[in-house]
This record gives sequence, structure tokens and C-alpha cells, in this order.
Amino acid sequence: MITLENVGFRYEDMVMNFNLQVAKGELVGIIGPSGAGKSTLLSLIAGFDDPVSGRISIGGADMEGVAPDQRPVSMIFQDHNSFAHLDVWTNVALGISADLKLDTQQHERVDEALTRVGLSDFKARKATELSGGERQRIAIARALVRDKPVLLLDEPFTALGPALRRDMLDLIREIQVERKLTILMVTHQPEDARYAASRIAFVQNGRIAHVLPTKQFFAASAPVEISAYLRG
Amino acid sequence: MFWKLTLAIALGFILGAVALGFLPLLWLGFGQAFHIDDYLPRVVVFTLKQAFLSTLLSVAIALPVALALARRQFFGREALLRIFSVPLALPAIVAILGIVGVYGNSGPFGGLFSIYGLKGILLAHVFFNMPLAVRLMLTRLESIPAENFRLAAQLNFSAGQVFRFIEWPQLASALMGIASLIFLLCTASFAVVLILGGGPQATTLEVAIYQSLRLDFDPARASILALAQLVTCGLLVLVAGQFAREIQVVPPTLARTRRWDGKSRFSKILDGLLIALGIVIVVPPILSVILSGVGSIRPDGSLFWASATSLLIGLASASLSIALGWVLAETAARQPRTFLKSVITLACLASLIMPPAVLATGWFVTLSPLADMSRYAIFLVIILNALMALPFVWSPLYPAITDSVQRHDRLCSSLGLSGLARFKFIDLPVLRKPLGLAFLMAVIVSLGDLSAITLFGSDSLVTLPALIFRQMGNYRMNDAAGTALVLAAFCFALITIAQRWSQSHDHT
Amino acid sequence: MLKIFSTIIASVIFASLAQAKETLTIYTYESFVTEWGPGGKVKEAFEKTCDCSIEWVGLGDGVAVLNRLKLEGANTKADLVLGLDTSLTAEAIGTGLFGKHGVDKGLAKTPEAWADDYFMPYDYAHFAVIYDTEKMASPPKSLDELVNGDPAQKIVLEDPRSSTPGLGFLLWMKAVYGEGAAEQWKKLQPRILTITPGWSEAYGLFTKGEAPMVLSYTTSPAYHMVAENTPRYQAAAFSEGHYLQIEVAGLIEASPEKALAQKFLGFMMTPAFQDIIPTTNWMLPAGATDTALPEAFGKLVAPGKTLLFSPDEVFKNRRDWVDEWLNALSK
Repeated sequence: MITLENVGFRYEDMVMNFNLQVAKGELVGIIGPSGAGKSTLLSLIAGFDDPVSGRISIGGADMEGVAPDQRPVSMIFQDHNSFAHLDVWTNVALGISADLKLDTQQHERVDEALTRVGLSDFKARKATELSGGERQRIAIARALVRDKPVLLLDEPFTALGPALRRDMLDLIREIQVERKLTILMVTHQPEDARYAASRIAFVQNGRIAHVLPTKQFFAASAPVEISAYLRG
Repeated sequence: MFWKLTLAIALGFILGAVALGFLPLLWLGFGQAFHIDDYLPRVVVFTLKQAFLSTLLSVAIALPVALALARRQFFGREALLRIFSVPLALPAIVAILGIVGVYGNSGPFGGLFSIYGLKGILLAHVFFNMPLAVRLMLTRLESIPAENFRLAAQLNFSAGQVFRFIEWPQLASALMGIASLIFLLCTASFAVVLILGGGPQATTLEVAIYQSLRLDFDPARASILALAQLVTCGLLVLVAGQFAREIQVVPPTLARTRRWDGKSRFSKILDGLLIALGIVIVVPPILSVILSGVGSIRPDGSLFWASATSLLIGLASASLSIALGWVLAETAARQPRTFLKSVITLACLASLIMPPAVLATGWFVTLSPLADMSRYAIFLVIILNALMALPFVWSPLYPAITDSVQRHDRLCSSLGLSGLARFKFIDLPVLRKPLGLAFLMAVIVSLGDLSAITLFGSDSLVTLPALIFRQMGNYRMNDAAGTALVLAAFCFALITIAQRWSQSHDHT
Repeated sequence: MLKIFSTIIASVIFASLAQAKETLTIYTYESFVTEWGPGGKVKEAFEKTCDCSIEWVGLGDGVAVLNRLKLEGANTKADLVLGLDTSLTAEAIGTGLFGKHGVDKGLAKTPEAWADDYFMPYDYAHFAVIYDTEKMASPPKSLDELVNGDPAQKIVLEDPRSSTPGLGFLLWMKAVYGEGAAEQWKKLQPRILTITPGWSEAYGLFTKGEAPMVLSYTTSPAYHMVAENTPRYQAAAFSEGHYLQIEVAGLIEASPEKALAQKFLGFMMTPAFQDIIPTTNWMLPAGATDTALPEAFGKLVAPGKTLLFSPDEVFKNRRDWVDEWLNALSK
């Protein structure tokens, strides 16, 4: 589904080069030390940064020169996923159309998405009035209505407590199965990746050093850098 | 407890200074007859009219220009923003001669319309205040989180939608504050009205107060007029305060945000035109000042002394201003009760509502029997300048501190982080930019001030603006133009340093 | 040891004796004490005549000086005040601070005989409309011509409420037109480019080319001819006569240095002081001079008729006359 071939990028004095293959329907965790380039990796796939070399393709199509809104990608950030002063319903509805002119069917889709993430009671509330976890759910609801095949998550649950994180991950996995989404999830909590991901990519110094099935990633026989990071 | 004490001190200091200035005049006035003639309503009406129109024009032009500047990166953008800080730094007479040099009868754009009258007043006010508004708005726009723009890119927002959902909410909360500041600046505007007004048909309250304290020397009249100004402006500020929207809780972005909107050719051309408009308004008068002064600079002792004095007074008064403004902003940001908030806001804007001439005269009356004023003149100038700079410190600092308080307070108290440690690790990095801007504005307000130094200065206490005026008074118009150029260059250098400092730790 | 000790004592006594030299504190307007003004040279010359020193206190303009005195009242540090003009003297006397100068009034070389007991004049000049010869081929030859002339050729005026030249021009109009002054102001109005708070702003606008005329002094062209070597700016001679400004100095009655102040006033009428005035203050000397005036001064307009209200007349009528002016121009 997603292929990165020799994708080069320069961020300050770090030269990055990514090679990655992700199959459709996979949930791949992205783990690594701070500053390794994890967020940049997602940013490149989403189209917010442009590679200086190499090729990114999603669903077989070359993404060169394709604007972020044209890519079959939804992205959830660590914070500021919603427009604080708008209400929850509008925030999600923007995912369908920026001019907020929705027909009945689209209206229903928004309502459904809100129910799915458990926010229908908060429809009219301003995003600022919601808690952190609730705000992230707005983003998930929006991703639902956008209905793109790829979902990128950049440490979306970092600020939440363990139980809540668990609930969020469950929700993500449910949606993934329902819609056969391909998901890349950057996380600083390895246990989250362990819980939800089928494979994990270890990013270090601007490169994807290793990609391993989850079990192997956490096994004692994993490469030294990984064990060092996990123990760290 | 610490905050309560410092608040009491700061507030007490300001209100005390204002009362000390105002009340003695009122008292002096009791000895003489109070006469409120029918002159007063006419003056009030004109004051409000020109201030309102000036504010409307300045803000209406500043808004699209600020939006355009926020969208675009181009060679010379930094330099342009620095130039936008210069008008405030120029003494009014210098700026007016610059404007006259461009739009006056002898200038290249002369004859478009007569600048001696309301049109001239509006033009000069837009020259002074539009760049100020742009800078303040830009600060707000540049603190929009990067993710908002990424979302906009992903959701394919049009320019209108970016404005509606992202830019406008950020600006709306600050707009009333910015407009109030500019409105007060225009009511307190003085040299502009006197020189470009064309005659007594253009008289504002501030001008009338000035004239009452000159040949007439009628403190009673001056205090009545000052009272009228206090009431009018005070009311307006309080009312405007009600309309100020809740400050949005957003962090100041440190790096330059990338945007994906504005890619169309039409958008680029439009933004180009808007930025060109901003340049056309601000640059020509400054250029006129430069051209008049080039080749006329006298690098002698008086110039160096005046520069040193200006710098010393500027730094001292800016520090005092920041100290006062900081304390008040920190308290106001945490204050749930709107009454105290309004009092604090008014205190900070006090110098715009209460004319410096009134304050200075009042201080003189109270303090001169107690001590030899000439020895303390420099301190009085510093204090007066600090009060005059306070509104410009308040404007960038208060929204930023409110943000910071809302985001950091709970975390800090849970970590037991307070006092100096908190300041060093939390507040300073986050507030670096607005603090830099606030300090800078305070310094340049002091540098360009002519009124405080006129009232307390003497031949041993001469600043650059005072030197300019002295030279003019001795027929030496060319020398004055040269000194004006030095002042402008000085300001530009300071602006550059301040900007470098506040951006120096700006990478994530 | 004792020798060192006594030397120290002696030098301390000597130093304090040296500082016991009398100091004359003079309040004056700023342009008098700038590096191009007369202040420095006057101080040098006076201090040669006595074991004393002058301390100048420069305060804005003449109006500011008077206001400072009003604010300070009996607490004033001034021993002598130099820089008021005759339109302000009545008010100054009204403060009760000034004492009689006791100087021979005959020493004053003013256009009219000097009669004031409290103030002595030190320089004077007539007010005049200065015009730019490059922009105006035929300047007005009378106040009437100014008032009724082409509105496209404008004049910069000063505000009588905040500046003495402004007040001077108002008094000039009053002296010529009397009761009908208000009407003449209305006729003049289209010709007025703007009314500035003070002389500096007006002259600044004039030299920048904003208008071909400005209200200044007959001596202004001398500055341009002497210091800038250009005859470009000249004064227009008016047939009705010109209003006169006489600048004066007076001593403070209660001053501990009254004797010294009196000495200064006497000195002020001598060539040692008067010779300094023309090329530093750009006014005509009001006392005896030794050196001849610079050549340029010979080319200045010498008004045939002098107009001047007495200080008391000005004092009594100023507010009313300014109100009349205000009403005439405010429509």
C-alpha cells in the first residue's frame, strides 16, 4: 500500500533516507529515540514535507507533486487536531467539506462518526471545552468521515493516561478492521505499539534501521540498538 | 503573596504618579474660576471624530497587510518588519516633516490633496499606527499552531476558509485591544493635529490642554479638559474591554510555520499588492527623512552626548516599563474578577489618557518645594517615559502572558516550579519573542519622545529629539535633519538587535 | 607630618574659598544657551568682569520661562530672568517676583525710548513676513496685500496661544485693523497653510518649501546670508509698519545675588555683551556696540513705522483678542 524508495530529506544538519514497504491493512508502529526523524517520516508521506530524492507511492500511485489534500491520507497530530473555538460537530464536518454545505447523507455520516467515537453528546460543545482525550476523538471522527485508506498517527495519545490510551487503541483497531485501513503510528510508549501493531519500524538517525514483527521486536534476540532503546 | 505585593506596588506606583500629576492642577484650579465654555463640546467631537476615522483606516489597512505578510516569505521580509517599527520611534515633528516631504506641496506626491486639514491628520496617523497594528497582528498570526495549517492543507481550505476558521479567531480576541490602543494614541496625538490640522478648527482635547498650559497658563482649564479626556477615553477603553474576546489558548510557535494556502497566482499577486501598499504608506516618509538628513550630520560632541543620553534614558525607562507591565500582566491574567482586570488595563493605558503635560506640571507643583527639580530631572523623564511606554509594553505582553498562564500554571504548581526557576525555564523561553517586542517598543517610544524631555529637560539633559528641536530653534534646519537621520538609524539598529535576540533561540 | 596636614587644610580652605565665588543663576530660553547661541560667549565675557560665575538654566522658550516662574513662585532658584518679551512683561511683574533694575534707561537703544523700571531690553527685531524669492516674484508690500492676496500663495503662521511670534502677528493685525481685525483674519484664512505651535515648526515647513511665506523676523534673512551664503530668503516690507518684539531681562527681588544681578543688567547694555548678539541670536542689539554689524544686516528691511502695544495693554486684552482670533478662524 505504502512504498518509500530511497526517500531523502534534509532536516537541519540531519540527512535522512527512508526505505519502507507497508502492506494494505497493516498497523505498523514507528518507534525510535527523539529526533530520529519519526515525525518527519509521517510528514513526508502526508505531503507536508517534500523529499529531495526517491519515490513515495501510496496505493501504487506516485505521490510526487501531489498536494496533501489530494493524497489518500488522514493524519492525526499530537495536539491541535481541532479548531479550538469551533464546536465538535463543525470540526468533524470540515472533514467532508470546507464550506460546510452538507447534504443529508453527509450530515448522517458526521453523526455516525460522532456516535462511533462516543462524542454525540458533545456535538454542540466548543472544542476547548473538551478534555485532551475527547479532543483526540474529534480527530478520529474526522478521519472516519474523510474515509481515506491511510491513517497516520503522530503520538496522538501521549498526553492520555494508560487506561484511556488503551481505549483509544481499541477504537483505532476496530476501525482499522472495519475499513481495512493502513495505519502508521508513531509512539513513545512501546507498550502501545506492542498492543496494537503487527510490525514495528525502528527509526534511528534518519533511517529505518530495522523493521520487525512485533514479537521479534520485543524479544531478547532483537538487535542491540532496539534492546538498548527499550531498556533505556 | 509575592504577586499580591508586587501588584500593589506596581499599581500604586502608576496610580500614584497619575494622581500626583492630576490632582495638584485641580487644586490649583480651585483658586481660579472654572469656565466650561461651548468650545469644549466641539473639541470633544473633533477629537473623537479624527481618532475614530484614524483607527478605522489604520486597522482596516493593517488587517489585510498583516494577513499577506503572514502568508509570504520573501527576501527582505525581516528588514521590512523592522522598518515597520520605525515610525513609532520618530519624534512627531521629524515624521511630519518626512510626510510633508512626500505628500506636501513641495513633495513628489504633492498636490494629490491638501494635507493641511483632516486628511493630513488621517494620513499621518495611518503612517504611525498602521505598522504598529500590523506588528501586533502579525505576532498573533505567527502564534497559530502549525497543525492548524496542516489540517487546512489536508482539508483543502480555501483562502476564505483559512481566514474564517484559523486566522480570524486568533485575531478577533486581540483586535479590540489593538484598536483601543490606536484610538487612544490618536486622541493623545498632538503635534500631528497642531501642525497638519491647518488651524484652530482642528483642535483636540490634548491640543487644548497644551494650549491652556502655555501662554494662558490656566491650570484650572487644563484640568477640566484633562478630566474630560479622562472620562471620554476611560469610558471608551472600558467599553472596548467588554468586546475583547477570550484570549485563545495557543502556544507561540517558535519556528516559522509552513503554510499551504495562497498558492494560486491570484493570491500571490493580491498579497504582493497588499504588501506593496504597506510599503508605500510607511517607506516614503522615512526615505524623505533619510534623504533630507544625508550629508547634514554633524558628528560633534552634542550629537554623541545626546545619543548617549537618549540611550541611557531609553534603556532605563524601558526596563521600568517592562517591570511594571510584567507584574500587572501576570496578575491580570490570573484575575477572574473583571473589575480588577479593567483597573489594571486602565492603569497601563493611563499615559495615553492623561496627557504628559498635565502629569509633568502636576509633579512639578508637588515636588519642587521639596527638592531641587533640576537634579532629579532625569529620573522624572525616565518615569514619565516609562508610563508613556506602558501601553506598548502591555499590548504584546498581555496576550502572551495570558496564553502562558493558561497553559503552564497548573503544570508548574504541580511540579512545584515557581519564582526564578519558573521564570528561567518556562516563562522566558516562551515569552522571549513578545518580551523582546515589548522592550523594543518601550525603548523606541522613549527615544522618540519630545514631551517629557521638553517639560523636564535643560541644557544639560539633552536627548536626540531635544537636540533636533534645539537645532531647529537656532535656524539650523539642515543640522536638525541630520540629527533626525541619526535618530532613525539608531532606532533601526536597536530594532535589529532586539529582533535578533528574540528570535535567536527559535528552532525546535 | 604637620606640614602635610596643614597643606591639606590650607588647600581645602582655599578650594572652598574659590567656590565661594558668587554664582548668578539666569533663567533663559533654550536657543540662548545652545552651542550656537550667545550664552557661552556672554558667560565668558561677564565672568571676566567679576569674581563670579553664571549658571544658565535653559527652559524651552520665553513662555516656558514665565510659566516656570509662575510654578516655582517664591521658591525660584533664579536670580535673573533673560528672554521674556514685552508682551509678557506685565504678567511677569504680576508674579511679584521681579525687582526694579536700577539701570540707566537711557542706555537702551531701542526704536522707541525705554521706560520700564523692572526690565531692560537686550535685543529686538521687528516681525516680518519672510518669503522665498525663488517662489515668489512679487511679495506683498503691505498687510492689506497679504490679507487680500492670491490664496494659492500661502503663508505659515504660528499659534498666538502657544508662541510669541504668533502672538506678535496677532497684535500686529490688531494694531493695524483695530476693531475690524476679525474680518481681516477671515479674509486671510484661505491663504494660511497651517498654524503651528511654535516658530521652529513653521520655519521648518517654510524652508522645506511647503509655502512661499512664513511669519518670522526682519533679521531672519541675515542668518541665511551670513551662515548659508544665500540671499534666497528675504523679508517683505509692509507699508503700515511692523510690530516690534523687544527681548528683556529682569532681576528677582528676593534673590540673594541681587547686587550681582544688577551688575549683570548693567553689563548687558555694554558692547561686551551687545557685540555678541547679532550673529548668535540673530536679533538687533538694544545697547551700545563697538563692532559694526555684519554687512548682511545692512541689507535687512528697516521698517518705517514701528507698531507696539504697551505691556499693560497686552496684558489686559490678550485673552479677548485671542478669543476673537479663535472665533474668526474656527468656522
